[in-house]
Amino acid sequence: MAASCRAQVLRLYRALLRESQRFTAYGYRTYAIRRIRDAFRENKQVKDAGEIQTLVNKARTNLEIIHRQVVRLMLFIERRLNL
Amino acid sequence: MLLLLLRRGAALRGGRGPGGLSPPARLLSAAQRPGPGPGEKGTGEDSTLRPLYMDVQATTSLDPRVLDSMLPYLIHYYGNPHSRTHAYGWESESAVERARQQVASLIGADPREIIFTSGATESNNLAIKGVARFYKSRKKHVITTQTEHKCVLDSCRYLEAEGFRITYLPVKRNGLIDLKELEDAIQPDTSLVSVMTVNNEIGVKQPISDIGQLCSTRKVFFHTDAAQAVGKIPMDVNALKIDLMSISGHKIYGPKGVGAIYVRRRPRVRLEPLQSGGGQERGMRSGTVPTPLVVGLGTACEVAQQEMEYDYKRISLLADRLVTKIMTEIPDVVMNGDPEHHYPGCINLSFAYVEGESLLMALKDVALSSGSACTSASLEPSYVLRAIGTDEDLAHSSIRFGIGRFTTEEEVDYTVHKCIQHVKRLRAMSPLWEMVQDGIDLKSIKWTQH
Repeated sequence: MAASCRAQVLRLYRALLRESQRFTAYGYRTYAIRRIRDAFRENKQVKDAGEIQTLVNKARTNLEIIHRQVVRLMLFIERRLNL
Repeated sequence: MLLLLLRRGAALRGGRGPGGLSPPARLLSAAQRPGPGPGEKGTGEDSTLRPLYMDVQATTSLDPRVLDSMLPYLIHYYGNPHSRTHAYGWESESAVERARQQVASLIGADPREIIFTSGATESNNLAIKGVARFYKSRKKHVITTQTEHKCVLDSCRYLEAEGFRITYLPVKRNGLIDLKELEDAIQPDTSLVSVMTVNNEIGVKQPISDIGQLCSTRKVFFHTDAAQAVGKIPMDVNALKIDLMSISGHKIYGPKGVGAIYVRRRPRVRLEPLQSGGGQERGMRSGTVPTPLVVGLGTACEVAQQEMEYDYKRISLLADRLVTKIMTEIPDVVMNGDPEHHYPGCINLSFAYVEGESLLMALKDVALSSGSACTSASLEPSYVLRAIGTDEDLAHSSIRFGIGRFTTEEEVDYTVHKCIQHVKRLRAMSPLWEMVQDGIDLKSIKWTQH
């Protein structure tokens, strides 16, 4: 149980980072990567199975959001400003 | 106007050298750019880039989580939240009520005390004109401060024309009001005190808790414009004894065109609505509630509540980095506003002997402002800086740096680097700076007019 849980969390962590790398907007990309790293580090010590499940569910929801927003940003390319 | 913009664009473009690529700006371009976007002409190999964004007091970018929650209501669920006869209406209504709950939860209020508006400007107008007019038969006096946002000051001017008396409290040199002065200003027929929580130009935090306490003992309603504070610092309407509070969507990574006002129910605050119509929002704000925008505001509040501590820590760190680097590298830089009672994400610096506008022009690859966006078109020095007693020349040389959720270390470092470089360059050209270096006191000079 513990081993499979650990593998599941790591898989999720990698998937989140991989998806965030695809953000075309600089601010969003750097924020997402930083926030994901900090959140996983912050919750590293969590032992309670129920709490882990809540966090895993939250991460899954966020992964879906990141995925949709990455696609959205690719559809609408930002216009470069003329300086 | 369009012509002017085009011409300005052309002039600016001409001024940019080929070596204008800069480290963080290059980071911006590092993202994949598959081709020109919709509605955009392909410009071919164009090396021009967007400037870095350091003006989060003017507005913030939409958080991806916020847009994600809004999109379904812009695509599928388009029902009118006030339609009671079909499912389209019900689903929109339940989304609006969920958002009301999210906003209320962020400020410790009851959802029934939240009224959705078009933004903090409307909320401020509604609070000031609404309360003053409702109680006008018995109370004809309103108190505010000199450093409030334009929409508060202008609403008060309007009330003056209607026969109300307004006290514009001065602020101390640090930007904070004197509680004793406020206490003395309260009269038997004072209906409302309006003091903003965090100032949009200099970032000072007023002693809201003390003001709330004072107003509640003196039985005067207390309104605070918390557009720059909500979601960034903890705000609890009951702990702070706030009766009315203005909230803005686009200052907290939410959409533009939506805001909210908190109106206390117990003891009840009554106000005269500004708009007549269908009686939505308990009759206080008629007009169909814009479901997608309100859903966005709700998510922005929820995200802000979750991320407040994390954001605050990070923004403080970045702000400290910016201020320390600039202050150690260049002399004669003044930080406007109290350094203690201060929101770290809003830094207002005056670079003595440098004209603020020329520095802004030189820093054209960083989006900055010398003050509020509303007055950024005028070259007049900011009235907020004048109110805190800043000298005319220092008020002309101020720049506001805004740090937000999406600001990076690289962006701060680049801004600092460019800022130092240009301040030094502009000072080297300045005869005033030369005179100061020669030990001449500029104040002693009698400038003659020819």
